[in-house]
Order: sequence, then C-alpha cells, then structure tokens
Amino acid sequence: MNIPFLTLKEIAHRKLHFALAALAVALATGTFIGSLTFLNLHDRQTDLIMLEKEKETERVMADLREEMRKAGLDLSHNLLILPKNQNLKDFYAEDYAREDMPEENVDRLAESGIIVARHFLPSLRRRVEWPEMKRTIVLIGSRGQVPNLYKDPRKPLVQSVPPETIVLGHELAHSLNLKEGDQTAFMGRELTVHRTHPARGTTDDITAWIYLPEAQALFNMQGRINAILALECMCPIEGVTAKQAIEKILPDIQVIEMGTHILARQDSRNRAGQEAQEALERAVRARREERIGIQTLMAIVIPLVMIACVVWVGMLAYQNVKARSAEIGLFRALGVSAPRIVQLVLAKALAVGLTGGLAGGLLGFGGAARLAAGAQDEIALTSAAETLWNPALLGAGLLAAVFLTVISTWIPALLAARRDPALVLKGE
Amino acid sequence: MFLDIKELSVTFKGPAETVKVLERLSMTADKGEFVAVAGPSGCGKTTLLLACGTLLRPTSGQILIGGEDPYALSPEQRGAFRADAIGFVFQQFHLVPYLTVFENILAPSVAKPLPTAEARATELMEKFQLGQRKDHVPSALSAGEKQRTALARALLHNPDLILADEPTGNLDKENAAIVIRHLRELAREGKTVLMVTHDESALDKVDRVLRLDGGRLI
Repeated sequence: MNIPFLTLKEIAHRKLHFALAALAVALATGTFIGSLTFLNLHDRQTDLIMLEKEKETERVMADLREEMRKAGLDLSHNLLILPKNQNLKDFYAEDYAREDMPEENVDRLAESGIIVARHFLPSLRRRVEWPEMKRTIVLIGSRGQVPNLYKDPRKPLVQSVPPETIVLGHELAHSLNLKEGDQTAFMGRELTVHRTHPARGTTDDITAWIYLPEAQALFNMQGRINAILALECMCPIEGVTAKQAIEKILPDIQVIEMGTHILARQDSRNRAGQEAQEALERAVRARREERIGIQTLMAIVIPLVMIACVVWVGMLAYQNVKARSAEIGLFRALGVSAPRIVQLVLAKALAVGLTGGLAGGLLGFGGAARLAAGAQDEIALTSAAETLWNPALLGAGLLAAVFLTVISTWIPALLAARRDPALVLKGE
Repeated sequence: MFLDIKELSVTFKGPAETVKVLERLSMTADKGEFVAVAGPSGCGKTTLLLACGTLLRPTSGQILIGGEDPYALSPEQRGAFRADAIGFVFQQFHLVPYLTVFENILAPSVAKPLPTAEARATELMEKFQLGQRKDHVPSALSAGEKQRTALARALLHNPDLILADEPTGNLDKENAAIVIRHLRELAREGKTVLMVTHDESALDKVDRVLRLDGGRLI
C-alpha cells in the first residue's frame, strides 16, 4: 500500500472531480501550447507566403527587365547623337539633320570604352526625291552597327546594307511593286532590292536604306554623317549618365534620348515593378501586424486562462480535501505523518497535471493546426504537418501544467495536513 | 501498568469560554485487561480515548503507554509510535470508501510498511470471517462487516493497546455481541483494551468499568 496506489484508487472513486480538474488544466495547457503553435504556424505561413510573393515579384521584375531589353532591341529607346550645331527645331520638323559631323566620331566612340551602349549605328539621313519613281522618300545611308569594342560582340541587331543594294520600307516596296531581288534604278544607279521590311507604322515604311559610302557619294559628303544611334542603351532611363559619357568623348555633339513614349512605357513598367515591391512590403507589414495582434491577444488570454485554471483547480482541491477529511483523519490516526498527507494530496495534483497537460498538449497542437488550416489551406496543411509535433513545447507545457496544478493544490494540501485528526474523528 | 494516566487534564479554549473536558483524571490499565469507560454524553469519554491514542495533547498531566510518554516525542516519532503500539476502532468505522476490505485492513501499512502485511491481512480476514468480502468496498458491507473490518485493520501491526470508541454504537445486538466478544478475546491474548461505551449490556463483559462524569472519574 503506497501513495501512488492510494492516489489511483481515489481518482477512480472520484472520477468527476478528477475529470473537472484535468479539463481545466487541459484548457490552460491547450491555450498555451495552441497559441505558441499557432504563432509558429503563422510564422511558417508568412515565410511561405513571402517566398511565393518574392518569386512572383522576381518574375514581374524579370518580365519588366526583359521588356525593357526588348524595347532597346526595337531601336526605340536609344540615344541619338547629332552635330552640336544642329538646330533641334529644324531636326524635328524635317526629320533629319542638315548639319553633319565626321564619320570618325563613330570609331572614337567604339574605341573609347563607353560601357553604357552596346552598339553605335552611324547614318547619313536625308529626305530626297527618287526621280525614277517620282517619289519623295527618306534615304538613309547605313553601314550597319559598330559594335562596342568593350562589350562582347554579338549577332548584329541591324543587318548592314551591302554595296549596290537597297532596302525598302513596306509602303515603298508595296506601292512601287518591288520585291527582294528586283533591280531598280535609284538616282542614276542600278541597285538590287536586298530586302523589304514589313509594315512598321512609322516613317520606316517610306524609307530606303543604301550602303553609307554610296549615300555619301550621292550627296558629295564623303567621310561625313549626320547622326549616330547608340543602341541598347543600358544607362538609366533619363540617359543622363550615357549622355554625359558620350558628350565627354565627343565635345562637338549633342545627345538626344529617343522614343519618349517608350520612356513613358518604361516609367510605367518601373512603376509596376515598384508597385510589385510595395505590394510585397505591404504583405510583410500586414503579416507582421497580424503577428503582433496575435501576440498581444496571447499575452492577455494566456495569463487569464492560467489564473482561472489555478483558481478552479485550487477550489476543486479544497473541495476534495474537505470531502476526504475523515479519510485523512483516519490516516493521521493510523500514524501517517503530516508531510505524507501533503504528499498524498499533491500526488493527485501531479496526476491531474500530467493528464490535463498531455490532453491539453494534443488539444493545443490539433486546435492550432485546425485554425491555421481554416486561414489558408494548402500552406497551412504543409506547415502543420511539418511543425505540428514539437516535443520541446509539449514538455514545457507538461511541466507548466504540473507546476500550476501543484501550486493550486499546495494550500489545500497544507490545510489537510494541519487539520486536527482528533476533531475529525470526534465528528466535529 | 501498561497504560498509566496521571492527573490528566484537557481544557479547550473556545472564543467565548474555556471548557475543562477532563480534570485531573488518573487511571491505569494492565496488559490483558478489558476496561470500559462509561458515562453520559459530553462527559469526556472520547476526549480521554483520543488523549490515550496520542491524538490529543493533554493540557496537563501525563500518559505513559508501555512506560513511554508519547507526548515527549516529536510529531513524526509520535506517529510512528501510534502506528506500532495503538489500534483504533471507531463508532463511525472510518473505513476508506474507495478501498476494498482487504485494502482497508492494509491501510496502516501506509504509515509503517510491513513486509508480511498481505499475509497478516489475509489471516485477519479469516479471523473475522471477512474472506468472502475481500474485494468489496465499504458501501457494499453491512454495519457488522464494516466494524469487523475496522477491528482487523486495528490489528495489522499487532498493537498492544486497542482503543475502541463506541464500537457497538451503530450495530444491532447480534453484531454488537460479536464485536464485544472479539475485544474480549484480544484482551485474553494479552492486549490492553480500553473501550468507551454507552452500551450497558457490554459492561458485564469487561474486566473493569470506569465511570466518568463532568470530566472526572466517579
């Protein structure tokens, strides 16, 4: 006959009392473990959500970067280098530069080490009369792009125009009924149609391209050009850095950013990128605020539940000790010491704490997983499966449960030990 | 003298008044003696029994049991002494409600472990004709069976002093006679039996009757 045996027998005899006490402990432990588990699950969910959003943002940013790169490839967002003395009002009105500059400027740029533009396209551009066809066209003398020697050479963006050939814009080719391979007279020369472009919806449709030296010869401007296009500019949108860099190399030029509508599109792309970033930051803030809210709630609820548990279990313990007065009096009469009586009462508290703590732990883990699953199914289920079982937390919860229960029962146990057995046995 | 009480006084100090329950009472009881203490209600019979049982410290005077003053011991020593030397039988039986007959008889082993406790409990169950009720809880027993269980419990450690407080108070005549007979046998076996009783029919079964009134022997 020992204390554990007596404890189990007494529990079996007063099942309801034990169940009520264990339930209170289970609720307190469940709240404690459930709250911490829910917080852990919330953090895991946040990590997964943030990972998804970061991937999404990265995808958006990558798409934007690709769009911007392609915008460069469209020859739309480039820098146009003109002679310094070219009047821009006239340039925009006539769509070509009347002033000219040395063709060697291109080579100086290519050899200079500018790292902001990938290709340089020298051209001689004029609006001319095609006498044989009685058409006014835009004529561009081009020798293809000059690759930037400080960049890895790549496949040319713009195919050069071979000598004694002509490339036609869509409207020209269509209206003059010319196709690739046809021979045509152009300002007294016989040229072969090298290629016709598809419709672009720009002045390119009424443009013809010929070999630059042949254009220079036509206009008696050997070694002269009136424009250089810097392609695939990797400078900041405003082009300030590139402009400054180029103007440093060629002091007698002026640099113009081209395709403002594309710049506007780039602005909106960048804004979209910024918005994606801001959305990510908002999501982070929202999750952080949510966590703070949960923590604040926990900081209030957990202590309240613990206190309620201590009070309830203490009341039940006091009631139990009162109900066992005669039994305790008898044990004292039989010679059981006061400290042993305390052990007898606290042994039951230990059983209540362990039972309630274990039940509460399972309740806490299960409840938290269920709550998280309600919030966000897929992520929660994954998180729940990975984080549900936390032996350290269960151990801490069990210890806390036992501690609380013993604390609650301490005073009733002392009262039981100090009760005068003589009074009990006399029936007073 | 196995039980030697000298000038025993017990006074209770209440909020309103001080009550002298026992006043300078002296008595003795020898081994093998069956002594009854009789008297009207409130005369101090139970108080005398509890004082002899080391459960109620005298206000003054001395109680010697087997030559030892238990109130000179520490509470733990006194508890051990009580477990070893004294067996109690109460009017209300005071059986532990969730223990079986067998387990109730073993209850004193909580205070003082006994290697042969189970064998001793079995022997006592047979002695008091409780064998067929071994696994029954007190709520399933008759009053007579409960009291015989209490008697068996009191004898687990084979104490030298048996203190019985109105042992037949809740029993019918037949069961009362059985309990008295058992107490009589215990005295014959050499134990000192001190019984508090109202039961006049039991008084002719004892060796000596002490009458108490107003806290004094008359």
